[in-house]
Amino acid sequence: MELKPGSRWKSAVCDAQLVVVRPPSAPGELQCGGAPVVPIDDASAPGGAVHPDFAEGVLIGKRYTDEASGIEVLGAKAGKGSLAFNGVAMTIKGAKPLPASD
Amino acid sequence: MRTPLLLDIAADACCDRQALGGRADGVDFDGYRARATRVAAWLAGKGKANTAFLGMNGTALPLLLFASGMAGTPFVPLNYRLADADLNKLVARSAPAVLIADDDMLARIAPVEGVELVARSDFEAEFLGDETPEKVELPEADNDIAVLLFTSGTTGEPKAAVLRHGNLTSYVMSTVEFLGADEEEAALVSVPSYHIAGISAILTAAYGGRRIVYLPAFTAEDWVATAAHEGITHAMVVPTMLDRILDVMAETGETLPALRALSYGGGKMPEPVIARALEMLPQVDFVNAYGLTETSSTIALLGAEDHRIAFASDDPQVRRRIASVGQPLPSVELEIRREDGSCCAPGEQGEIHVRGEQVSGEYLHKKAIADDGWFATNDAGWLDEGGYLFVEGRLDDVIVRGGENISPGEIEDMLRTFDDIADCAVLGIPCEKWGEKVVAVIVSRSGHPDTTAMAATIRTKLRSTKTPEQWFVRDALPYNETGKLLRRILKAELAEEVCAG
Repeated sequence: MELKPGSRWKSAVCDAQLVVVRPPSAPGELQCGGAPVVPIDDASAPGGAVHPDFAEGVLIGKRYTDEASGIEVLGAKAGKGSLAFNGVAMTIKGAKPLPASD
Repeated sequence: MRTPLLLDIAADACCDRQALGGRADGVDFDGYRARATRVAAWLAGKGKANTAFLGMNGTALPLLLFASGMAGTPFVPLNYRLADADLNKLVARSAPAVLIADDDMLARIAPVEGVELVARSDFEAEFLGDETPEKVELPEADNDIAVLLFTSGTTGEPKAAVLRHGNLTSYVMSTVEFLGADEEEAALVSVPSYHIAGISAILTAAYGGRRIVYLPAFTAEDWVATAAHEGITHAMVVPTMLDRILDVMAETGETLPALRALSYGGGKMPEPVIARALEMLPQVDFVNAYGLTETSSTIALLGAEDHRIAFASDDPQVRRRIASVGQPLPSVELEIRREDGSCCAPGEQGEIHVRGEQVSGEYLHKKAIADDGWFATNDAGWLDEGGYLFVEGRLDDVIVRGGENISPGEIEDMLRTFDDIADCAVLGIPCEKWGEKVVAVIVSRSGHPDTTAMAATIRTKLRSTKTPEQWFVRDALPYNETGKLLRRILKAELAEEVCAG
């Protein structure tokens, strides 16, 4: 899976959609709900179950990171599964939104 | 990452939210993207390298910006305020291009090889119909230049600043929360398309999920009427606009209850104007933003809370921050440097340097960024102990009098505290004895300014070398349409007067 900046992905097990903002420093697997994500234009509908260890959900507009690899992902659509990189749960990036300036 | 992605994910997530135009007759996000893809396919079919635009603000503009990104043709908005000869030079420099121009501007353009002219009315008839068209699937383009913006060129030929997709998307994604706007939010855009704020407004609104309403061209009356009618919540204005908007509000009694946030930038906001604005619009959050074309817009901002704290403070160090541009964005690094490249201490003036992904620091065929990524802004400024940035204007505007560097901003701020002064500029005029001497140009409210008394006050509060040696009284000062004082014009006029005198 080539996790290029700007590449779009979706969960295989829930409604979440994702955009890679920063690539990982080394190749690896982006997962949602415990299953590898699939390219956004993949025709298959979500199936299977969200793994209970990765069921905290993806929120729209939030950014998720994995500190070790540096990968950063934007939640473009919400879903029930939560994100992991190579099996390690990703954490929400607590950036305070800035006021609109233009 | 490319700019069309910003629209694409917004359109997927909130397809039926209003995106462009009026509440009643606007275009939703789905229609926005679908129309942009059709424009992109049309542009790709033309096979020209660039997409140029000459015209007033309107829905055609964001469609062209995103479509250019989809088609891989840099978007080149041209300044319709230029004289025909200068405009035609830029038209020629944008070749080979498709140039979409307002119908009443077509006659201004001299035919040139490689530039295909399209009347805006034809463009709008084709792409801005009421029916939402079918989206076109396009291959991902690979040209990574998103926008070419010609700088104002006050010192010679305008330079074409290059903004890459990576610069712009980085700026948007690091400053705006994706779909952070609620459905009621709407931004009123009145800065022209050839200004960086006009470009960034389109991108941040799309990503934030905020509707854009355009004023074709700014008048304070139209601005207030449109803001009221459209329930505008957000807007960006330049200093001269805000003063006139407040006048119209006072005359009409309009209070703009929907308005939540006003950002300003593009020049120094006189403190009396911002004080009046805070009083007349108590529900509004004010944001002062500082940025350059070469930095993809904002790099520092003074937020609403900063405004309130500064205004309420008795501590002069905090109080004066109302005149600052706040703190650098978390996503950029900012340093003030001396001429030898070393960093200035707090309170010490030097040149503002900036580094970050949003910083392009690049002109066509010429990189202006250091190998380590730092960009010298050519703006003079300083940071206070709390890290608040004060911008003193262009480095070229600093007056060098007998070897002493004097920044006009400090003297102008002092002048503005006199009730009789409606507007002012302080400039250095060539002089045999000192190299340059300090002169003040003022607009007097009474028509009979007591410059002797003013000079005496400045001498006491600043020092004698900073006291204007000559005073000129004018009815008005020259500004460009985005509120920038045209110092060079003023300086040239004065140099003649001083010589003649």
